[in-house]
Amino acid sequence: MSSGFQTALGGEALESSNFLTLFIVFLIVSAVMYLLIVAALMLGLWRGRSSDEPLTVEAGRHHATNPMFRPALIGWTALVLVGLVALTIGSFFTDRSNASVARNPQLTLKIVAHQWWWDVQYTTHEASNAVRTANEIHLPVGVPAEITLESDNVIHSLWIPNLAGKQDLIPGRVTDIQLLPRKVGTYRGQCAEFCGVQHAHMALDVTVQSKADFERWVAAQQRVAFAPTTPLQIAGYRYVTTHECSSCHSIAGTTANGQVAPDLTHFASRRSIAAGTMPMSTGNLYGWVADPQSQKPGNHMPTMGLSPTELHAVVAYLEVLK
Amino acid sequence: MSSLCRNSCLAALAVAALLGGCDRQERYSRGKPLGETVPVSGSPDTIFPGKSTPPPLDPRAAAYEGNAYAIAQGQQLFNWMNCSGCHSNGGGGMGPALMDGQWRYGGRIDQIAASISEGRPNGMPAWRSKLTADQIWQLAAYVRTLSGQERKDAVSARADTMSNTPPETQTVRQPIKQADSAQQ
Repeated sequence: MSSGFQTALGGEALESSNFLTLFIVFLIVSAVMYLLIVAALMLGLWRGRSSDEPLTVEAGRHHATNPMFRPALIGWTALVLVGLVALTIGSFFTDRSNASVARNPQLTLKIVAHQWWWDVQYTTHEASNAVRTANEIHLPVGVPAEITLESDNVIHSLWIPNLAGKQDLIPGRVTDIQLLPRKVGTYRGQCAEFCGVQHAHMALDVTVQSKADFERWVAAQQRVAFAPTTPLQIAGYRYVTTHECSSCHSIAGTTANGQVAPDLTHFASRRSIAAGTMPMSTGNLYGWVADPQSQKPGNHMPTMGLSPTELHAVVAYLEVLK
Repeated sequence: MSSLCRNSCLAALAVAALLGGCDRQERYSRGKPLGETVPVSGSPDTIFPGKSTPPPLDPRAAAYEGNAYAIAQGQQLFNWMNCSGCHSNGGGGMGPALMDGQWRYGGRIDQIAASISEGRPNGMPAWRSKLTADQIWQLAAYVRTLSGQERKDAVSARADTMSNTPPETQTVRQPIKQADSAQQ
């Protein structure tokens, strides 16, 4: 099957490959039945009505039926029954196989949906080992992971088509989804429930990597933010920690500890800005910091009207946050 | 024929009136005008509670007063910036109550915006440069709804979080009084 960045036919995790198999079984069974129906219809059209012995009242033969009619009807009913039973059994075992991932998750994380971004927390028994990031998840290949899903405003839906089906995030409730990725790669997730003006710009980068790479990533994420070195970076650090930015964003290792916007500790190591709105690059970063309301209108980051010096400094500092 | 014409004319008028109702209040997500500032009432040594002649109403107030979008954004900011940490949900705690008509530093939207922006003695921090001017105006617009000062069709009918208080559409309007600190 085709493989891609965002496709429901990828089958790169247990659930999606199970569903892909089930989909193919359904497709074959339905296609065979469809062809049989069309063949019967064609046969009927082609043979037409037998003119020599009309089954009419005048001929006294209106009770008579084609001798093939009864066995054909019985055979057809049996075929439908067998087909439906087979599909039901197939669905049942697919469902059981998917549910088996939930039995023994070896990695737990929590995703809280906001308007319009994803807050990602890797929860462990030791709080000091926890990792917090946003709009990206990293998963080790072959390790069953359980994701707890919450929302703080409206209903969202997490959909990573390469790995699994959709699961809603409902305010005031806790839902969950289990993933068992089987193939290393980078995939795209997307909010699949209309959640407001920037619903389309609410994406998630999913990186499935080897266990060793994943451990390295976790270790990097657990570090506090890199310190600024050049004068420009230091000026940016001062602005970020003392002005508007720190009211909402947090950067581990600094005084910026706002809790209502994405964590920026390792911001520059991510693949995209603003929940998949644009790829991470210096130019896009300038555009985003200068006027987020023109890049993603209606999002909750205000346009601050930074002066050019402030803008240069803030972008220089943000690029330090690898 | 003429009655048919009259009826169809009336129907067209009714449809036009209904379509007029579809007009949505303008949202200025970037603030308008960009880069505006909050009025500063004076140097810190002139800030004192009680009666004084306030300056004329700031013309920018019109963009925020009775604007549903601004009030809803202010409501969200009120939670996000933990205003309830001191003011509770308007009832007051460490900070003064916001749902009564008593205003030490004035209850007009520009006076509230100035209080948020500059901070006030005995605990109110200055939010200037911690929030944008646009956000401070939005907060001020929301704070006024706590004492029922804004139009009821502009205020939010429900809280952003779970709440046991009646919706703000039912808040009774409190007459604004300039209070000095001794009264509170």
